[in-house]
Amino acid sequence: MVEKQINIGWSKTEMAQNVAMDIPDGSYVNLGIGMPEMVADFVPEGRELIYQTENGLLGMGAVPIAGQEDPELINAGKKPVTTIPGACFFHHADSFTMIRGGHIDVCVLGAMQISKQGDLANWSTGAANAIPAVGGAMDLVAGVKRILVITQHNTKDGKPKILNQCSYPLTGKGVVESIYTNLAIIDVKDEGLYVRKLGPNVDFEYLQKHTEAKLYQ
Amino acid sequence: MINKTVQSLAEAVQNIHDGATIMISGFGEAGSPIELIHALIDQGAKDLTVVSNNTGSGNVGLAALIEQRRVKKMICSFPRTANSTVFPELYNAGEIELELVPQGTLAERIRAGGAGIPAFYTPASVNTPLAKGKECRVFNGIEYVLEKGIKADFSLVKCELADRYGNLTYHATARNFGPIMCTAAKTSIVQARKIVEAGAINPEIVVTPGIFVNHIIEVSKPANESELVAQKLTYPW
Repeated sequence: MVEKQINIGWSKTEMAQNVAMDIPDGSYVNLGIGMPEMVADFVPEGRELIYQTENGLLGMGAVPIAGQEDPELINAGKKPVTTIPGACFFHHADSFTMIRGGHIDVCVLGAMQISKQGDLANWSTGAANAIPAVGGAMDLVAGVKRILVITQHNTKDGKPKILNQCSYPLTGKGVVESIYTNLAIIDVKDEGLYVRKLGPNVDFEYLQKHTEAKLYQ
Repeated sequence: MINKTVQSLAEAVQNIHDGATIMISGFGEAGSPIELIHALIDQGAKDLTVVSNNTGSGNVGLAALIEQRRVKKMICSFPRTANSTVFPELYNAGEIELELVPQGTLAERIRAGGAGIPAFYTPASVNTPLAKGKECRVFNGIEYVLEKGIKADFSLVKCELADRYGNLTYHATARNFGPIMCTAAKTSIVQARKIVEAGAINPEIVVTPGIFVNHIIEVSKPANESELVAQKLTYPW
């Protein structure tokens, strides 16, 4: 007898949708490389967001039509992009004046580990043979008003990513506002981690079992 | 008469000496002055310290300079990119030094160097390994780390338009580190896609004022790094 498979939690696109819902109209937004980039595809109708990419563009548009790519018009992930009408270019010191100076409203980042205090580790496992690379992540978490994290709830081998303490080197301490995983949306508060919404077919006990840090309802 | 135009790439880079600190513009291939880097490879200067956001890709441009064992130290924010194999191999073999700097701190260190600011406090990297050993200080209840400005002997920069005074404009996201690197180097060497008559660039849209630029050379059809990498080319050809 074949058991009917029950899908547990949200898909990646649904996770991106969850994040997009929480970004208000008129926000200046910086999206990290990878899954965070998907958020741009799910902005609810009627909202206008302006995307900043730290390599010097405010008003980043969609992916160009094949054959129309300009190797000198790229995003922080070094992929070809376009500009919206009303976009502007600037140099790196101005770009990080926007970021570090608190002018960007929201930044969406991926994560390797997050602690119950909102510490984020997303640049290095600290392994001796790894080539360390940090990019703009430390400046973003230090300066952007709201840091939202989008990540699978657990590592590929099932280990928890939401921990009491990060074991990897930090990107920033106490910087994460909310965590959007495939299993839940979790807000980081002074008193601890509060579950705002559970994914489809996820109950609180299941979520806690897959999370090292204590969760509150 | 002031005319910063030089006649060849070789002339543009002829004074770069062994042990020099060189800033190289670019974020990935956007804004990377490949032709100037190749001229530097031909010129022969070694034991260089290079300040650049990345470490190049494939076996051309900055990656080729590193592959030729001409760079003793990289100061950068993201030394591994798609197709960058040269730096990781040398780094793992202990043959090249790395000073890893958060990207915004790198930009501000260059800006500060150019602006005559010896050091500044930033919140980026506080409580991380990159702040280790650095002076920290609390302002208004927030902790900051002291970072030093960087100056260079030379900068190699790619721009769009230049005039004989060295006024520059850039193209799209190829601007990135170019303008600040021109300010922070004793000698800024710029390759322009086109050199135009003085006055042809509207003063309102000049991005780099000519005072920050020393030598300009026209490279009307600059190579795209990604195309050279796709063809698996190695410099010297």
